[in-house]
Amino acid sequence: MTALLTVDGLHAWYGRAHILQGVGLTVGRGEVVALMGRNGAGKSTTMKAVMGLLAERRGRVAFAGTDVSAWPPHRIARLGLGYVPEDRRVFAELTVRENLEVGRQPPRAGAPLWTPDRLYALFPNLAEMKDRRGARMSGGEQQMLTLARTLMGNPSLLLLDEPSEGLAPRIVQQMADAVRTLKAEGLSVLLSEQNLGFAAAVADRAVVIEKGVVRWDGAMAALLEDGDARRAYLAV
Amino acid sequence: MSRLVVENLARSFGGVHAVRGVSFRLEAGELLALIGPNGAGKTTCFNLLNGQLRPDSGSIRLDGAELVGLEPSRIWSLGVGRTFQITATFASMTVRENVQMVLLSRHRRLLGLWRPAARQFRDEAQAVLERVGMGGQAERPCGVLAYGDLKRVELAMAIAGAPKLLLMDEPTAGMAPGERQELMALTDSLAHEQGMAVLFTEHDMDVVFGHADRVIVLDRGQLIAEGAPDAVRADPRVQAVYLGNAA
Amino acid sequence: MDFYLVQFLSGLAQAATLFLVASGLSIIFGVTRIVNFAHGSFYMLGAYLAWTFVERWGSDVLGFWGGVLLAALLVGALGAVMEVLLLRRLYRSPELFQLLATFGVVLLVQDAAFGVWGPEDLLGRRAPLLKGTVDILGRPFPLYDLVLIALGPAVLGLLWLLFNRTRWGTLVRAATQDREMTAALGVDQARLFTGVLFLGSALAGLGGALQVPREAVNLHMDMAMVVEAFVVVVVGGMGSLPGAFLASLLIGQLQAFGILVFPQITLVLVFLFMAVVLVLRPYGLLGRKEEAPPPAAAAGPPFAPTGRRAGLAALAALAALAAVPLLAGEYALIVLTEVAILALAAASLHLLVGFGGLVSFGHAAYFGLGAYGAALLVKHVAAPMPLALLGAPVLAGAAALIAGWFCVRRSGLYFAMLTLAFAQIAWSITFQWYGVTGGDNGILGVWPPAWAASRAVYYEVTLALVAAALWALRRAAFAPFGYTLRAGRDSPLRAEAVGIDVRRHQWLGFALAGTAAGLAGGLYAFAKGSVFPTLLAVPQSVDALVMVLMGGIQTVAGPVVGAAAFHLLRTTLMASEHWRVILGLVIVALVLLFPQGIAGFARRLWNRGAEA
Repeated sequence: MTALLTVDGLHAWYGRAHILQGVGLTVGRGEVVALMGRNGAGKSTTMKAVMGLLAERRGRVAFAGTDVSAWPPHRIARLGLGYVPEDRRVFAELTVRENLEVGRQPPRAGAPLWTPDRLYALFPNLAEMKDRRGARMSGGEQQMLTLARTLMGNPSLLLLDEPSEGLAPRIVQQMADAVRTLKAEGLSVLLSEQNLGFAAAVADRAVVIEKGVVRWDGAMAALLEDGDARRAYLAV
Repeated sequence: MSRLVVENLARSFGGVHAVRGVSFRLEAGELLALIGPNGAGKTTCFNLLNGQLRPDSGSIRLDGAELVGLEPSRIWSLGVGRTFQITATFASMTVRENVQMVLLSRHRRLLGLWRPAARQFRDEAQAVLERVGMGGQAERPCGVLAYGDLKRVELAMAIAGAPKLLLMDEPTAGMAPGERQELMALTDSLAHEQGMAVLFTEHDMDVVFGHADRVIVLDRGQLIAEGAPDAVRADPRVQAVYLGNAA
Repeated sequence: MDFYLVQFLSGLAQAATLFLVASGLSIIFGVTRIVNFAHGSFYMLGAYLAWTFVERWGSDVLGFWGGVLLAALLVGALGAVMEVLLLRRLYRSPELFQLLATFGVVLLVQDAAFGVWGPEDLLGRRAPLLKGTVDILGRPFPLYDLVLIALGPAVLGLLWLLFNRTRWGTLVRAATQDREMTAALGVDQARLFTGVLFLGSALAGLGGALQVPREAVNLHMDMAMVVEAFVVVVVGGMGSLPGAFLASLLIGQLQAFGILVFPQITLVLVFLFMAVVLVLRPYGLLGRKEEAPPPAAAAGPPFAPTGRRAGLAALAALAALAAVPLLAGEYALIVLTEVAILALAAASLHLLVGFGGLVSFGHAAYFGLGAYGAALLVKHVAAPMPLALLGAPVLAGAAALIAGWFCVRRSGLYFAMLTLAFAQIAWSITFQWYGVTGGDNGILGVWPPAWAASRAVYYEVTLALVAAALWALRRAAFAPFGYTLRAGRDSPLRAEAVGIDVRRHQWLGFALAGTAAGLAGGLYAFAKGSVFPTLLAVPQSVDALVMVLMGGIQTVAGPVVGAAAFHLLRTTLMASEHWRVILGLVIVALVLLFPQGIAGFARRLWNRGAEA
């Protein structure tokens, strides 16, 4: 399996705080990797740094064989990296239809092609509210819309930041179903999670970080069996 | 007499009923969890209780005193403290100064023009911080704290006001499982120690069923269930709208 | 009846120009979150360019309208250039820096226009085929104005189509709400923003170009228009184009009829209208509540605790300043007296901006009212200087108490506009109440009594009063009062939730700042011997903000350093013919190179030295 995303020696700072201290990880084609760790460990920061959203970063990020370390976010996105932020961030004043339009990018070879109709089929809730403004949607609906909006860019790799955070248990199940469907479509996924149950249900592999450094990297099944690692890094 | 009596609370936004006909009671020293799907009206309920929003109708009484129609700052001084879903602290001040602000407010010293604020109620603030395990970080600016620690600062600020009722909006959101249990155990002991009533919303069912004395469930603005944690967990309606088949 | 109809129509024609300029301002603000002071300058440039083109080619229809269009496009291109060279570096800066940078551009454009077109008013050629009038109920009405009236709704319609029916428009609306997220979805922000600046500036340029046949082109068009356009945008609701349209119509009518009823105070009418609208409808006529209102000044890191060493340094500096009369000549004393007074004025503004996060665009009003308070007491009741110096802060403080009650009801940009409105009202009172204030002749002969008549003695008096006032302000800032202001700035939500009445504290803070500014104004009146309405005008308020920013918001010594630097710079440059362009460049350079101000920069050097 060739690596689609390779992160090597990634450092990032917020002001003076040195958040990432040399993170290294890979995501293979068609693989779902869960980035795990406590709050403040650097999961979201890793996502943002990979996406080019942090001004103060250092290290190598290679995606689809191209070094994108110094690229601005829009060029990285156009190369096929889709980012779904943790706090949803739908465009509140735009309708569902318009939110999807903002995400639209040309078709890309080697990645599934999405249209609004295909996405409405995947997320039937959204199909019922095409003209509703983002501000009038519930948290769960917004989470679905954020994911659908990113898919409109026809990404080959999804960065899913805390997809289950703050959602009702029933919506979390729908989210897990969606991730499995996307994997079946051939998408690769790097998701950050604190919820071990969710991660175990969708991920092939787990990468555990603590204080900005990778502590554990291996098959999801192995993490579930490694009680010491779980207690040490995840406090479960 | 119950500490908090809420009767027939209703509020709508542009024709959408966010909260309608909600009634419940809360006793001193009790932890009551308010759960429900996103958009069910939980945060609206909280905003009504602490005066951030005014209800269209209904009544909220704290130890018999009506709160509807009062300003948030007035409601606070009657004994309603609050923590926020997205932590809100004074970012340009140190951890201790954040707590000192609450003590200055409680002792009506906010208009002081001469004596430095940082020298007033210093020991009291430090004692409160020790209680929540933040004593060692008292000098750090709030702007650079880790998320879990900010949640503790919020808790310290809430109890520094010696509230009769504490409202906690998703107190453990964004925390690791171990931290969650720790924070709620702390809240639990503070509530029983000080006879404080606690109303909290939460999505983590381990926290809800592990710490709440009682649970109420909100769906589309209405209460659909109320009772002991186990009874609520077994309620088929609650499973249908909220818990799914995971419970 | 017929007369009123014609008046109504000319109000509509005025509204069309207002709408063109205001819609551009609103679009630019929406996406970039930058309050573009230079927008009025683009309006003025549009007029000047169109004047030149129309003089050359405007004898036929094609030449005239081609010239107007060319002027608009050139101004749009200039806006795009400003985005690439300047604004792009400021998107992450606090709003105040952006304001300051665009004000630098205002100065540059003013000087350039002065250099190219000269100081004279320029009367333009009238539009071919539209020179005549039509009969409206027996009264003549200019044909050209009818065209303008039709143009307003046409532009509104086109803009609506652009923003709601094209992909570009959808992307702009998305970027208005969340720039970072839009970029993460693959949209090239830089190009989008350049395009928005082009569109918005071109609208301003078009508005200016269309004025050529109607009124003389001059160098004062920029500030007059940008202030009016701000009012329109704020009254209509930030970011709402239909709101801007409605507000333009109402304000156009207010001006058309106001001039009949109260010819002297149409400006006051407009600002009073804005104040009433904002109190009744907080987010403007058609505006929506913003989920997170744009912060006026970013909550910065905590103020560095100033230790014993800094206190000793301040005392030493004071002693050195007190000894200056032993060495320096009269001129140096005059300049230093002014520096001391401005330092107090800047420090009083800094209490609001730096601690309360309340950016006042009208702080000069309280400085000016203090000056007038002292001057009026001397003039009308022959009060002795100590009494006059007591009256100055009392009058200014009372005015701040009244204005503040309205202003603190709103935050962010709305607060800024309300303070501006009250400053304009105060300005027009001093300007137009001839019987009492002497109008633009001002009040002369406000000199210190014999015992303080020498420059050296008055300098020492000023130094003592300013030092005492600065010390008191500093104590207040670090006492619970100042902390409470900061709490309200850091998190109003949290402040309310721990029992702080944020609005009441801001109100008192506003009054305290106004009082201190009033004392500075009183001292200024005796230093200069006269007072004029310009003391209360908008440029004075902007100067005060520049001083605060030059010094750095996050430092306590900042305003004092900033006032000294600004005043010395201005005194040196006054001799130069091109002082505006130099000042403008200095401001732009400061914002780009020293975003933390002079004092903040010095502190960083100091800290770096301490670490090494």
